[in-house]
Amino acid sequence: MANAKILLDHGSGGKMSHRLISDMMLPLFDNPVLSQMDDGAKLELGGKRLAFSTDTFTVDPIFFPGGSIGDLAINGTVNDVAMCGATPQYLSVGLLIEEGFAVADLEKILVGMSQAAAAAGVTVVTGDTKVVPKGAADRIFINTSGIGVIPEDVVVGSRHARVGDVIILSGSIAEHGVVIMTQREGMTFASDLKSDTAPLHLLVKRMLGVSRDIHVLRDPTRGGVGTALNEIADRSHVGVVIHEDKIPVKNEVLGICELMGFDPLYIANEGKLLAFVGPAHAEKILGAMQADPNGLDARIIGEVVSDNPGMVCLKTRIGGIRIVDMLTGEQLPRIC
Amino acid sequence: MGIKYMEEYRDPEIAGRIADNIRRASKRPIRLMEVCGTHTVSIFRNGIRGMLPKTIALLSGPGCPVCVTTQKEIDTFIRMAGLDEVIIATFGDLMRVPGTSSSLQKQRAEGRDIRMVYAADDALKIARQHPDKKVVFPGVGFETTAPTIAATLLAAREMRLDNFFVFSAHKCVPPALFALMGNQDVRIDGFILPGHVSVIIGTRGYVPFFQKYRVPCVVAGFEPVDILQAIYTLIRQIESGKAELSNDYRRVVTVDGNTKAQQIMKDVFEVRDAAWRGIGTIPESGLKIRATFSDLDAEKMLDFRVPESVEPKGCCCGEILTGRKIPPECPLYQKVCTPEDPVGACMVSSEGTCAAYYRYQGSGIGGQGSGARSRGPGVRDQVSGRERDKSPCTDS
Repeated sequence: MANAKILLDHGSGGKMSHRLISDMMLPLFDNPVLSQMDDGAKLELGGKRLAFSTDTFTVDPIFFPGGSIGDLAINGTVNDVAMCGATPQYLSVGLLIEEGFAVADLEKILVGMSQAAAAAGVTVVTGDTKVVPKGAADRIFINTSGIGVIPEDVVVGSRHARVGDVIILSGSIAEHGVVIMTQREGMTFASDLKSDTAPLHLLVKRMLGVSRDIHVLRDPTRGGVGTALNEIADRSHVGVVIHEDKIPVKNEVLGICELMGFDPLYIANEGKLLAFVGPAHAEKILGAMQADPNGLDARIIGEVVSDNPGMVCLKTRIGGIRIVDMLTGEQLPRIC
Repeated sequence: MGIKYMEEYRDPEIAGRIADNIRRASKRPIRLMEVCGTHTVSIFRNGIRGMLPKTIALLSGPGCPVCVTTQKEIDTFIRMAGLDEVIIATFGDLMRVPGTSSSLQKQRAEGRDIRMVYAADDALKIARQHPDKKVVFPGVGFETTAPTIAATLLAAREMRLDNFFVFSAHKCVPPALFALMGNQDVRIDGFILPGHVSVIIGTRGYVPFFQKYRVPCVVAGFEPVDILQAIYTLIRQIESGKAELSNDYRRVVTVDGNTKAQQIMKDVFEVRDAAWRGIGTIPESGLKIRATFSDLDAEKMLDFRVPESVEPKGCCCGEILTGRKIPPECPLYQKVCTPEDPVGACMVSSEGTCAAYYRYQGSGIGGQGSGARSRGPGVRDQVSGRERDKSPCTDS
C-alpha cells in the first residue's frame, strides 16, 4: 500500500490503532518490556521496579465541561502509571503550540495543569515547548510522561487475568467521550454532563491497601470499556462475561448515545478504571473503592471464564447474549 | 435533553414473558424481515435472536440508508469534493462508504474539505459562515430524514443563500417493499416495519403495499420489548393464517403520520425512479429536488458525468439487503470485507447488516444467544435451492 494514508481511525484506540502498532511499530522496536503492551512500561532500575508511561493529548474543544486539555494531560499520564500499580511521582510536559494561539488560553491550560498536578500529588520536573507556524498544528498538543515506583509485591498487567477473577468497574461510563461530542461544533445539546477526568492513583492505593489480589488494572480511555476488556481477554487468553444491567451508565449519556447511534461501551472515559481481582477479595476491594470519591459508584460487572478465550460476551438486560467486539475505528454518528 | 427512559420497554420480565409466548405460538418455520437498520442493530445488541425458537429466521432488509446508497452516488460525492471551493458537509456514516476507488474519509485525508455534521441544519450554518464556498450536503436517507432536509432547503431559500446545495439521493421505503415481494427469489412471511419512517408516513403509507400482497406486517418501535412484541404479533397472524397491517408502535405512530412533514417533502421533492445499491432500480422509489428549487440542487452543479459503477466482484450486498443471503454466506464477509476495510456498504454503517453481524457475533461464538439458533432447519435458500444449515456464526 504505497499510497496508503493515515486516517483518523488509526488513532481511535480500536482495531486500526492496534494494527498500526503491531504491524509497523512493534517489529522495529520489539523488546520484552514494550511487548507487554500495557498502558505503561514496567522497568527495573537501581533495584527498584518502576512504571514509566507517556501519552500525547489532543482534544477538540480544548476547554470542556469538567476540565481542559491540561487536566487530561496530567490525569491521563497519572492514571497510566497508576494502572501499573505504581504511585506516580514525576512528570514531564511537552507543549506543541500553533503560532497565534492566545496567551490567555495557554495560561488557563497551564494553571489547570498545575492544579491537577497538585491534586494528584505529582511534580512536573522537566518540560519542553515548541511553536510551529500557523496551520502546522491545531492550536495546542500536549505530551506528558510520568514515572513512579511499583510496590514490591504488586504485580498487575493485562496478561494476568485469571479464570474466576471478578471484574469491577469504578463508576458510570462514557461521560468524557459524550461530553466532548456534545461540545463539538454543530452539536446543540444542552446538558449538565461533565467529563469524568480525574486522577485515579489514590483509588488504586486504597485498593492495594486492602488486598494485593489485584491482577489487572486498566483505565478504559479511547475505545472505551468494550475495547479495554477485549485487550485484556486477548492478552490473558481468557473469556470475559459482563452483565448489561450491572454496568452503570447515566440516563443522559444513554439518551445521547441512542440519538447518535453510539454504543457507550466504546466511548472514552478519563476517570474510570477496570479491575480484575481474585474472587475471595472482591467484596473487600469493592468496599475500599466505594469509600473513595472516584469509586463511589463502583460495581462488580462481570467475571472471567474459561469458555471462549479472547472473547468478551455481554448478557443483555432482557436475557440475551451478545459478543462485544473491539472498536474498529471512530464511531460515526448515523443518519437517522 | 429531556430524553425519558422507558424502562418497561426494556424490562427483562416482560421481555421473558413475550419470548415464552413466542415459543409457545410458533409452530412452523418462518422468515421475518426487519426492514430497518435500527431494528437490526437493536436485535443484535439485545441478543434477541438467541431468545427466539429455531422456527424463526430474522432477515435484515434494505432499511439502512447508507447501505442502499449506490457506488455511483458515492463517486459523485467524491468528485464534488474535488471541485474548487466546495465543502462537503455530511452525516458521519457516509464517510467510510467505499466508492469505486476511494471514500469521503480517504478524500479528507487527501486534504479535501469534508466536514461531518450531525444535522442538515449544521450544513446550512457552514454555508453562512463561508459565503465564498459552495457547501454541498449529500441528502441520504428515507422518509425519516427527507423532511428535515426539505426544511433546510426552505430555510436556505428564506435566507437567500446562494451557496448551499443538496444532492438528493433520498429513497422511500414502501416502493422497496413492493420490489422485495415482487422478486420471485425472495420469500418473506412477515415484515417488521420501520418505526421512524412510520412516524412520518403513518400506517396509511403501507396500505397499497399491504392490499397488493396481503403479507403480515407490523409497525414496531426499537426497544427490545417492542421488537419481541412485534415478532409475537407476526407469529399470531401467520399461525392463524390471517394477514394484517398492525401498529405495535402506537405511542408515536398514527394512521396518518406527520402530515406537516409529508407536505414539506411534497413541496420540495418529487418522486423519481432510483437505483438502490445491490438491488437495482426501483420505480418511483427516489426523491428528486423539484425544479422550483433547482438553484439549490447540487445535481445541477455537475458538469461532468460520473460513470456507472460496477459492484465489487463477489459482494453480496444485494442478496443480503433482500434477505436472500445472510452475511456469512458472502464470500467476502470477514475475509476481505471488514469494518476497517469495507467492500460493500452493508459493512460500513453501524446499522448495516454485515457490520452488525461482524460486531455482535462475527467472531464465531456458538450456542444460545449468539444467533446460532436463528435459522430453523428446513429453511431453503430460495436462490440455490440448497438447504441452508450453516449457522451464521460458526464459520470462523
